[in-house]
Amino acid sequence: MPQPLDSVRGFAVTFRQLFKKPITQQYPEYKRPVYPRFRGRHRLHRHENGLEKCVGCSLCAAACPADCIRVVAAENTPDNRVSAGERYARIYEINMSRCIFCGYCELACPFDAITLGNEYEISEYSRDDLIYTKDMLLAEPIKRVPVADPDLYDTPIPYYKAHS
Amino acid sequence: MTEPWWISLIKAAVIVNLVMVAFAYTTWLERKLLGRMQNRYGPNRAGPYGLLQPIADLIKLVRKESFFPIAARDRLYIIAPIISMFTALLAFAVIPFGAGWKIWHYHVDGEIANVSIALILVFALGSLGIYGAIIGGWASESKYSLLGAMRTCAQLVSYEVSLALSVLGVVFMGQSLSLVDIVNKQGATIWFFVPQLAGMLVFFFAVIAETSRPPFDLPEADTELVAGYHTEYSGMRWGLFQTAEYVNMITLSALAVTLFFAGWHGPYAPLGPLWFVLKVFVLVSIFIWIRASVPRLRYDQLMRFGWKVLLPVATLNAVITALLVVWI
Repeated sequence: MPQPLDSVRGFAVTFRQLFKKPITQQYPEYKRPVYPRFRGRHRLHRHENGLEKCVGCSLCAAACPADCIRVVAAENTPDNRVSAGERYARIYEINMSRCIFCGYCELACPFDAITLGNEYEISEYSRDDLIYTKDMLLAEPIKRVPVADPDLYDTPIPYYKAHS
Repeated sequence: MTEPWWISLIKAAVIVNLVMVAFAYTTWLERKLLGRMQNRYGPNRAGPYGLLQPIADLIKLVRKESFFPIAARDRLYIIAPIISMFTALLAFAVIPFGAGWKIWHYHVDGEIANVSIALILVFALGSLGIYGAIIGGWASESKYSLLGAMRTCAQLVSYEVSLALSVLGVVFMGQSLSLVDIVNKQGATIWFFVPQLAGMLVFFFAVIAETSRPPFDLPEADTELVAGYHTEYSGMRWGLFQTAEYVNMITLSALAVTLFFAGWHGPYAPLGPLWFVLKVFVLVSIFIWIRASVPRLRYDQLMRFGWKVLLPVATLNAVITALLVVWI
């Protein structure tokens, strides 16, 4: 049953919107604070004494559904001690163009060596630049994205995230 | 008094460029208005208020690869968008936009060509424009294009009947097929949308369908179908089809203004072309408003509306007007 009156009412609705302020958030000028548990760019962590937490066990690579992590381990020697365990990651690469930011790597990691940070502005002009090496992942990330106050949310921050 | 041919030539060049600029800023206006009606900003990055957006779009389209399907009929494939564009632009030639001026010692008409059967010319050009869609869809040698072209043609041919019938009442009242005479008659008596309200409404709906604007945009139906007859077109060739659609919208709005709203005549001030531009602007805005408000029709609803509602109303309107004109 056609209802012409309702159609006319629809026109009034769209016309009224003309005088309202748009609700769009203008992104590069205004960055909406991300959720505290937002999964962004990875980073690798060190112990307080400077040794890497990563022991090169490749559990993250095994857990990765996108198969974007490559770990090549090597033995620690007394004169070249890199990590706290027996072995360390000689090569640790994440292909960011394949990563789906599921966070399984940080769940799989037995030493909380890898976590996902909050940075999401990681686009590059070249695919090669998106393969992050160990040095890049170990470096202190540049904070570009505001993070919302964790107290605003009642979901707990997991231990491995709060203490890494 | 007639004008020398070179004045017509200059006028034609000026008007074509003005129409193209109007087209460019119609796309801007559409995106802006649509955005605001949906609580968005619309384009606001290129230039102040996004005013350079049409130019950015043009540069993008020109620099894009004009994809050419290997199986396409080459000449026809290239000609199709040109036909669409050409007919769309040409129709503007007979639309009067002013009273005519005396510049130095030349008389300049308020239209490019004063054709005595201008109305028939406009509809003839509109019908020819459909060939752009048919040829484009057929020459692409693709199922989607061919089906899209058939869909488009069925719609355009159906609504053309109502479009032509709806203006019969105006022709009876104006007692001329010349748009100049019709405008002058309205200036002298009454704007024809008052006695021809039914005709105007039918004309308006038919124009929306003819220019395949929402809610009658079945030829394109961006959200639910593959594009239609221009599926295999990209770059500026696709841009030409799109331009033709918008220029058609402007031309038919201008025709509506001419037929029903007394063209360049206006109350209070004899502004001439300014009144004309203002009226076309309002009509185009109404088109955009309709796009923002009404969901797309189903194909059977579209056909039913065209043949069972618009056509009888247009016919009745024409018959009644004819009887009234004869008796009164």
